[in-house]
Amino acid sequence: MLDSVTGMLRDLGRHVIGRIARLGFAARFFLGVLWGSGTAWRRFQLTIREVFFSGIHSLIIILVSGLFVGMVLGLQGYDTLQRYGSSEALGVLVALSLVRELGPVVAGLLFASRAGSAITAEIGLMKATEQLTAMEMMAVDPVARVVAPRFWGGVISMPLLAAMFSAIGVFGGYLVGVVLIGVDEGAFWSQMQAAVDFRLDIVNGIIKSVIFGVAVSLIAVFEGYDAPPTAEGVSGATTRTVVTSSLAILALDFVLTAFMFRGL
Amino acid sequence: MQRSTMDLWVGVFVAAGLAAMLFLALKVGNLASANLSESYLVKARFDNIGGLKVRAPVKSAGVVVGRVQNIDFDAERYQAVVALEVDKRYQFPRDTFATILTSGLLGEQYVGLEAGGDTEVLKAGEDIKKTQSAVVLEKLISQFMFNQAASGEKKEK
Repeated sequence: MLDSVTGMLRDLGRHVIGRIARLGFAARFFLGVLWGSGTAWRRFQLTIREVFFSGIHSLIIILVSGLFVGMVLGLQGYDTLQRYGSSEALGVLVALSLVRELGPVVAGLLFASRAGSAITAEIGLMKATEQLTAMEMMAVDPVARVVAPRFWGGVISMPLLAAMFSAIGVFGGYLVGVVLIGVDEGAFWSQMQAAVDFRLDIVNGIIKSVIFGVAVSLIAVFEGYDAPPTAEGVSGATTRTVVTSSLAILALDFVLTAFMFRGL
Repeated sequence: MQRSTMDLWVGVFVAAGLAAMLFLALKVGNLASANLSESYLVKARFDNIGGLKVRAPVKSAGVVVGRVQNIDFDAERYQAVVALEVDKRYQFPRDTFATILTSGLLGEQYVGLEAGGDTEVLKAGEDIKKTQSAVVLEKLISQFMFNQAASGEKKEK
C-alpha cells in the first residue's frame, strides 16, 4: 500500500521534473537557433527555400479557408444584425473579427497543421536517418544549416499568410453581404473604414501573427529536433507539434488580446 | 525545383502578402483618413459626457475635423475635461459651441462643433466655453414622465 503511494508520487515527480527539464532544453534550443541564425540570413537562399515549402504550400488551404470563414461571417452576421436594423454594420463585424482575431488565430492553426507538422516530420526523419549526425561529422552545424532556415521561413511566412487570410475573408464577407444579400456597398465599406483603426486593429493583428509565427515555428523545429529517432518517435513528435502549437496559439492569443484590447 | 523558379514563386508570395496588408490598411482600415497631419489641442468641459470614448470623432457640419485625445475628471468642479485634437487646417471661432451627440439611435457618441460668430479663433490650449452635455436617456424619460404627470393634473382642474 505504502509502496504504491510512494511509487505514484515518484512517478508524478519524475513526470514534472521531466517536463520542466524539457522546457529548459526548449529555451536553450531557442537561444541556440537565434545564435545560429547567421547562416540563415547570410545564405538567404536556404530561407527562401523554406518560405517556399512552408508558405506557398500552405497558400491554397489558407485562401480557401479565409474565403469561407469570411462568407460564413457574412451570413451569420447579417442574420443577427438585420434583427436590429443595422445590417450596414456587417462590414465592421466581418473586418474587425477577421483582422483582430480570426485572421491570425485560424491562419496560425492551419499553418501549424499544414507546415508545422511537415517541418517536424522532416527534421525528425533527418535525425532518425542520422543525416544530422552526418552533418556534425562534416563540421556543419545542423542547427544553423537545417533548423534555423526552417524557423525563419515560418516566421516570415506566417504574418503574410494571416494578412492574406484576413484580406480574402473580408472579400468573402463582401461577396455574401453585398453581392448575394444586397447590403448597401457604400455603407459596407465606409462603416468598415470608420470603425477599423490602423494602429489599434491592423497593426495589433500583424503583431499577433508574428508572435504566432515564432511560437509555431519554434515548436515545430524543436519537436523535430527532439524527436526519438524511431518511426514511432517521429509520428508522436508530429502529433505533439500540432497539439502544442494549437494550444500555444490559443493561450498566447488570450494573453495578447488582454494586453491589446483592454476596453479601449 | 530550379532555384530561379522558386525565387520567383517566393517573390510572388511575399508581394501578395504585402499587398494583402496594404489592402487591409487602405481599404479596410482608416489609414488614409486617420492621420491628422498637424493638429492643435483645445479643451472643453462637460457636466456629463455620457458614453464618449477616447479617439471618438470630432465633427463639424458632419465632417470629421479631429479626434478626442483624452478624457479627464476635474475633481474641483466635478466636470469632465475632454481634450480635443483638431486638424490645423480648420480654425474655429472662440465662441464655438461643443455638443456631445449620438450618431443614429444607438450609434457611437461624438463631439459636434458649431461655429459661432466671433472674429478671433481658438488657439491651442484654450477652452471651449460653451458646451452642452450628452443626452442621457433616463433623464429624458423621467423629464417626459414628469411633464405628462404635470399636464394631467392641470386637466383635472
